[in-house]
Amino acid sequence: MARVMTRIALAAVLSAIASAATAQTLNTIKTRGVLNCGANGTLAGFGAPDAQGRWTGLDVDFCRAIAAAIFNDANKVKFVPLSSKDRFTALQTGEVDVLVRNTTWTSSRDTTLGLNFTGVNFYDHQAFMVRKALQVKSALELNDAAICVQQGTTTELNLADYFRARKMKLKTVTFASADEAIKAYDSKRCDGYTTDASGIRSEMRKLVNPDEHVILDDVVSKEPLGPAVRQGDDQWFDIVKWVHFAMLTAEEFGVTKANVDEQLKSDIPDLKRLLGSEGKHGEALGLTNDWAYRIIKQVGNYGEVFERNVGQGSPLKLPRGYNALWSKGGLQYAPPIR
Amino acid sequence: MDAADSTKPKVSPLYDPKVRGIAYQVALCALIGVLVYGAISNAIENLTRAKIASGFGFWTTTAGFDINQTLIEYSNISTYGRAFWVGLLNTLLVAALGIVFATILGFAIGIARLSRNWLLARMAGVYVEVIRNIPLLLQLLFWYNAVLKALPEQLQESFIIPGGGFLNRRGLFLPQPVFGNGSGIAFVALILGIVAAIIFRIRIKRRHEQTGVRAPVFAIVLALVVVPPLVALALAGFPIDFIYPYPGRFNIQGGIEILPEFMALLFGLVIYTAAFIAEVVRAGLFAVSRGQTEAAYSLGLPTGPTLRLVVIPQAMRVIIPPLTSQYLNLTKNSSLAVAIGYPDLVQIFTGTVLNQTGQAVEVVTLTMAVYLTISLVTSLLMNLYDRRVALVER
Amino acid sequence: MTVATQAAYVASSPIPAIPPPSAHAGVIGWLRANLFSSPFNVALTIVCALLILWIVPSLLRFLLIDAVWTGADRQACLATPEHPEVGACWAFVRDRINFFVYGFYPIDQRWRVDVFFAALAFGVGWLTWLDAPRRDICLIYFFAVLPIVSFLLLHGTPGGGLPLVETAKWGGVLVTVVVAAVGIVVSLPLGVLLALGRRSEMPAVRLFSVIFIEFVRGVPLITVLFMASVMLPLFLPDTWSPDKLLRALVGVALFSAAYMAEVVRAGLQAIPRGQHEAAMAVGLSYWKAMYLIILPQALKITIPNIVNSAVGLFKDTTLVFIVGIFDLLKTVEAARGDPQWATPVTSTTGYAFVAIFYFLSCYAMSRYARYVEARLAQGDRR
Repeated sequence: MARVMTRIALAAVLSAIASAATAQTLNTIKTRGVLNCGANGTLAGFGAPDAQGRWTGLDVDFCRAIAAAIFNDANKVKFVPLSSKDRFTALQTGEVDVLVRNTTWTSSRDTTLGLNFTGVNFYDHQAFMVRKALQVKSALELNDAAICVQQGTTTELNLADYFRARKMKLKTVTFASADEAIKAYDSKRCDGYTTDASGIRSEMRKLVNPDEHVILDDVVSKEPLGPAVRQGDDQWFDIVKWVHFAMLTAEEFGVTKANVDEQLKSDIPDLKRLLGSEGKHGEALGLTNDWAYRIIKQVGNYGEVFERNVGQGSPLKLPRGYNALWSKGGLQYAPPIR
Repeated sequence: MDAADSTKPKVSPLYDPKVRGIAYQVALCALIGVLVYGAISNAIENLTRAKIASGFGFWTTTAGFDINQTLIEYSNISTYGRAFWVGLLNTLLVAALGIVFATILGFAIGIARLSRNWLLARMAGVYVEVIRNIPLLLQLLFWYNAVLKALPEQLQESFIIPGGGFLNRRGLFLPQPVFGNGSGIAFVALILGIVAAIIFRIRIKRRHEQTGVRAPVFAIVLALVVVPPLVALALAGFPIDFIYPYPGRFNIQGGIEILPEFMALLFGLVIYTAAFIAEVVRAGLFAVSRGQTEAAYSLGLPTGPTLRLVVIPQAMRVIIPPLTSQYLNLTKNSSLAVAIGYPDLVQIFTGTVLNQTGQAVEVVTLTMAVYLTISLVTSLLMNLYDRRVALVER
Repeated sequence: MTVATQAAYVASSPIPAIPPPSAHAGVIGWLRANLFSSPFNVALTIVCALLILWIVPSLLRFLLIDAVWTGADRQACLATPEHPEVGACWAFVRDRINFFVYGFYPIDQRWRVDVFFAALAFGVGWLTWLDAPRRDICLIYFFAVLPIVSFLLLHGTPGGGLPLVETAKWGGVLVTVVVAAVGIVVSLPLGVLLALGRRSEMPAVRLFSVIFIEFVRGVPLITVLFMASVMLPLFLPDTWSPDKLLRALVGVALFSAAYMAEVVRAGLQAIPRGQHEAAMAVGLSYWKAMYLIILPQALKITIPNIVNSAVGLFKDTTLVFIVGIFDLLKTVEAARGDPQWATPVTSTTGYAFVAIFYFLSCYAMSRYARYVEARLAQGDRR
């Protein structure tokens, strides 16, 4: 009986601890000593471990930037590979602190799923890939075609909408993972494959003969991909949001990984505020004032991260496009730090 | 026991088994209560804190995705609830067909294992050993990714099936019958024929029990079921049209489309379950004592009728319960469809719907409830059957 | 009564039996009896022989004769004019064998996995060798020492010593074996408890056990795994975030416990009631009676079924694949899509490799179960 009583007491204490430990994500991370980051795991260029098991990618570097800002150590991140099925639950239940897994920002995810998207770290659109041999010039010719797609994604919904809106018939073949979908496409189960254009570029390299395939120009939908956090912790929301803005600001002012130490001496007020020699902008976030310096020093600015992972310095060779800074005709625009 | 109570020595209630039993049970209930309470309160707290929607409000919301095999009307403007039924029906379809074919194959192999033909018995044995010791999931992947990929990939190279069908990597395409005016009469005739056949069977059986006179039941029943609808159709001038599949720009168009995912799943389930059914059948046949077979032989019955009239009817009593559990296993195993992309309940509901709504608790619970219901209903029927066939000792 | 006992036509010793006609003895007799006893049987034999002639040579050709054993990339396994028929691409398996065995486990730490395999093999050997000495210590080793030591060995020791290796880096045969081993080690004791609970005289205990067992047995493993991977975290306080592999392990263990419970219950039912009553009569408490009298007998006759249940569990470990855990099958799935090795035969080769692995393991286990069964039957006969 005594044993039972202790168990009951233990359970009561545990649930008490649980209720006390809501919010305060930042403190939890600091106590834990490591940031838990939900990443893709199979999408080269955005989030995947390389042959040596070291994680690389645009999304991965974003998590490293957050870790650098908190711990002054970009390596204090534990990457949790998530499928499209378990990604939201993983974030909702606190298994990961932030979800940076090429996830599309939509209104329902922002509301009923209990998430908050902090911004857009990659502007993308959905596109189709088909075999060159089919001689299809436009997606509008795909009436009655069979399309392979990954289930449970916005892609799947957009695909259905696109065909319905154009009164075209469609045979969807859905698979649980992107890997299975692209394999099925490669073995000619489908005529076309659809996902975000960047994803297609990345997945294309898994095809046996990438040269035999072509990405159609049609834009199926807007796909703003961004990091997401749980609702209810504004401080943490702000931190994740401003890590992205700091990286954009650094690019805007030409601060790079290489020259950031030099730039510390600069007299430009914007730079001084960014790098923490003026004002207490970092402390206001719950971080240190050199938070942005740490990010740039250890990870780099947005442009560097982009080029290294998906741009010209990578096998994907994606153009900047919409992801160029606003000042260069793109959409990436950071509010001022002041 | 009451009489003994008076002479019972006084012991501390702590050592009274009844008191202890009650205490243990109270403790267990309390423990489970605390665990369940803890789990539920955690879930509620987690859900409200994370502001996740809960409840079945999504049931009537537009689903927005397509499903490539639907037995009932469905499009991407249908609701999530509709998608659930589509998935459930697809599960039931593959399970029902799987059960039929697995039973046929399983009985054949089980009987073959006991065949007096050495070669056949050995081959059946090898089949059972090999299939039973390889995971089903692997077999499904093999059928889907290795075997079906050997089918022709180009539209023009499709195998042509006599009667207007096609077979290629995109599936099996068969002519689709369309019933025109007057086929309603044939349908009515069919039903009348079936009713007549049932009545006939009952009467023949009664006559057989009373007089011992046998009649060619099977042939007459078949005639009763088949002839009236055919006659009705002939009278109506055969109002059946076929929509023949034809090669289109990308795919075969029209007709009935049987997905390769469906074929792979059905193949895998049938071949896997048949190995287990074969073992069940073998055990059942073994359970019928040898004397029964010998008695039948000494009466001059050949092997076939001995099996059919003497051994199998007795073996069925032993076979049916484990056979039912194999049927349930097949139904549950059909959930592996998710690995090869066949749109069954698990793939549609715990796959797409769960992802689109994010409501894991509701979706997973409902899916489990469906399988649980199937299991419980089957075991209920099983128990009823058991009671009916149980040996009545006279 | 002097009957002519000496008469020459009366044999004084038995006449030696004439050998059976050649058609009923020897090879020909055997063939006639077993293969050609009737026209139908002749037809069956011919069909079977044709089937064997069709399957066996093509299987041998694919797996051995035409197989490619060495090579650096897909070029080795592509059909060429001088080598038109390509069989299994074993070069692919050889190239990736480390990935199939260890997954992403850091290369310099892989000796830890080898040590784990050795320790497990030792435990399994000890446990399955029925005449081994000190099998009681073996039980403690297998069910208590091994799990803890293995966890520390594979995951790393806190505070120095072995560096931490996250479970996300585990993969291949390692994960398959870990899932199966944890499934068996946890499900057996839990299954015994549930079986006892189901036969208990306390209604609440019985009810709970029945509900648990019937519920778990009524749903597919895949939904249990989904529940463990997406629902379980919601039911726990948000400060606990169990590892992905751990959640799958919980699912597998609970699932196999329910099946194990039914196996054990069958064994308990076979023990005559008199044993229980006799134990109570000499004053043993419930647990002592169970521990000393009932369970040893019940478990002994259940060993074959426990092993068969373990075979089922071992095959079912492949399902963790669906919740995204890198078991052997998943590593092969991942590797077969690699463009470096993509050929028409790569998939089949990968599946053949996994099939052979599972077949050998499961066949060995079921042979062992049959051996134990035969040995037990022997004991009963005596």
